[in-house]
Amino acid sequence: MKIHEYQGKEILRKFNVPVPEGKVALNSEDAVKIAKEDIGGNVWVVKAQIHAGGRGKGGGVKVAKSLDEVKQFSDEILGMNLVTHQTGPAGKIVKRLLIEQGMNISRELYVGITLDRTSSKNVVMVSTEGGMEIEKVAAETPEKIVKETIEPELGLLPYQARKLAFSMGLIGQQHKKAVKFLTALYNTYTQSDCSLAEINPLVVTAEGDVVALDAKMNFDDNALFRHKDILEYRDIDEEEPLEVEASKYNLNYIKLDGNVGCMVNGAGLAMATMDIIKLAGGEPANFLDVGGAANKTTVANGFKIILSDPNVKAILINIFGGIVRCDRVAQGVIDAANEMDINIPIVVRLEGTNAKEAKVLLNNSELNFEVAGTLKEAAEKVTAILKK
Amino acid sequence: MSIIVDKDTRLVVQGITGNEGSFHTEQIVEYKTNVVAGVTPGKGGTDLNGIPVYNTVENAVREQNANTSIIFVPPPFAADAILEAASAGIKVIICITEGIPIADMIKVYNSIKKKDIILIGPNCPGVISPGQAKVGIMPAFIHKEGTIGVISRSGTLTYEAVKQLTDVGLGQSTCVGIGGDPIVGSKFIDIIKLFNEDPDTEGIVMIGEIGGSTEEEAAEYIKENVKKPVVTFIAGRTAPPGRRMGHAGAIISGGKGTAGEKMKVMSEAGIHVVESPAEMGNTMLSVLNNN
Repeated sequence: MKIHEYQGKEILRKFNVPVPEGKVALNSEDAVKIAKEDIGGNVWVVKAQIHAGGRGKGGGVKVAKSLDEVKQFSDEILGMNLVTHQTGPAGKIVKRLLIEQGMNISRELYVGITLDRTSSKNVVMVSTEGGMEIEKVAAETPEKIVKETIEPELGLLPYQARKLAFSMGLIGQQHKKAVKFLTALYNTYTQSDCSLAEINPLVVTAEGDVVALDAKMNFDDNALFRHKDILEYRDIDEEEPLEVEASKYNLNYIKLDGNVGCMVNGAGLAMATMDIIKLAGGEPANFLDVGGAANKTTVANGFKIILSDPNVKAILINIFGGIVRCDRVAQGVIDAANEMDINIPIVVRLEGTNAKEAKVLLNNSELNFEVAGTLKEAAEKVTAILKK
Repeated sequence: MSIIVDKDTRLVVQGITGNEGSFHTEQIVEYKTNVVAGVTPGKGGTDLNGIPVYNTVENAVREQNANTSIIFVPPPFAADAILEAASAGIKVIICITEGIPIADMIKVYNSIKKKDIILIGPNCPGVISPGQAKVGIMPAFIHKEGTIGVISRSGTLTYEAVKQLTDVGLGQSTCVGIGGDPIVGSKFIDIIKLFNEDPDTEGIVMIGEIGGSTEEEAAEYIKENVKKPVVTFIAGRTAPPGRRMGHAGAIISGGKGTAGEKMKVMSEAGIHVVESPAEMGNTMLSVLNNN
């Protein structure tokens, strides 16, 4: 799960990770009030809150030098369609702002914590190249990223934190502050079940403080059951509406740009089905894993989601019945299609337990199904239909 | 004619009295796998269709000489179940449970790694050695005794591959679903090693997917060490970056872990990479015929 920057900073604050003074605002009046009463001072930053990076370049982050400017920038940014390299060309409408105290930045650094899948351990990474895309730094100047692998039973050890802080070129009080910062960030990461905690940039201020200027925090979905507080940070405005709808039915759906809707059981087979549609000359409209229980309700909900996408011109159902019997799935498909009055062609491929009985059911249903035997045949049939 | 599970398997089912556990135990028994015990804390002393249930894995090992465990325990308690099996002396642990927190698996993986234990999964269909033992949730009837080793990160896509193999007349020595999570007990390379050393495995079908780099690590090993033919399909060529495709581990992040990159590395290692998931069975057949 992803959260907003201001929510990430609320969590960081709880774990004593230094962040700038700031608060979320939903309108420009509140923004001014927060700047004046909660923060004070005479420089503020108005930051668009969307679940994507690159906000500054897209015009979603502005420095205000008066309360009038706070109001002006807030009005400009709220409601704007912010397009960044991470939002895609469609962009995201800004609905929330973070109003923050302005900082005297002397250096911009980077720190990130995530899982290293190769060692199956967490790694803490730091770099002197803050404020840049870390993927770019990793590709072009990998020597500028310093990593420490964390032994799970030991945690981040003091010498590791010291080493990381030194490698960012920090000495004296700043070094001490950075060590404290890294330790607190690591505690936030482990105790909140983060899958990513990235501070980019981590800044050293002119006054010598070490502060998280930005915060990107992702969480392990599997662990959210033990973090009810974090679950409350979910902002479904930031998610694809069809995916939110699908998740209510316990369907795993991801919208794509093609025109062949797919309904499959199992994530690997669902990806393979998308791949073979493309190989046969079509374009998949979605990833949809209906899971183990492909009954009438599941199939009907699947149809509903797929058909909500106006680009879909044909549907391919590919179910490998193991524990779930194909004849039951076929009956579910027939019942759902009967009830829903579907006007586009449906290719059905059911393989596995009772596949023959399923074929008979589908062929006798008087509905307009194209029944396919193999995966290849299914993909070819669906693309042939589209070419007609 | 197999790896990991065989006629000598003495299975204990952890979570045997739950819905999933009891349902699949029945199927496993039907395949004539030797199920010697079940474990559900608090239900010790009862039985499930004649299979004795114990409070602890330790008791199941002591009383019934269990040597292999399959886990159907719910996600919040599954990591603990794996560690309990390991501490009781179980040497093969197969965890079916989907949804275990990553932090839990970091601890489990690094603790198990130091011991002489094979952990398969979590979030996997399990392991079957056709004609000998089924320790998993896969449909048994698509399998056939034979000499092809199958290894995969996914469930139904493995069944697809197995069906294709069986349809062209190629049976399987063992089929291993290693699981779709970012951290799994056994990676491709671990199982490829076992297949390579198994005298009765003549060819290997390896089904990868986007995310991580375990396919690439296996490719390097195969290039140096494996003379048996390897056929591979990588799922997720059409997957967009940054999106988790069902499996927690199937995600392209920071431009890494793409299907294209994996396919390239594997081809360069001399592996027969198929573009289409429909070509796994017949490609293995033609490779074997040409050898």
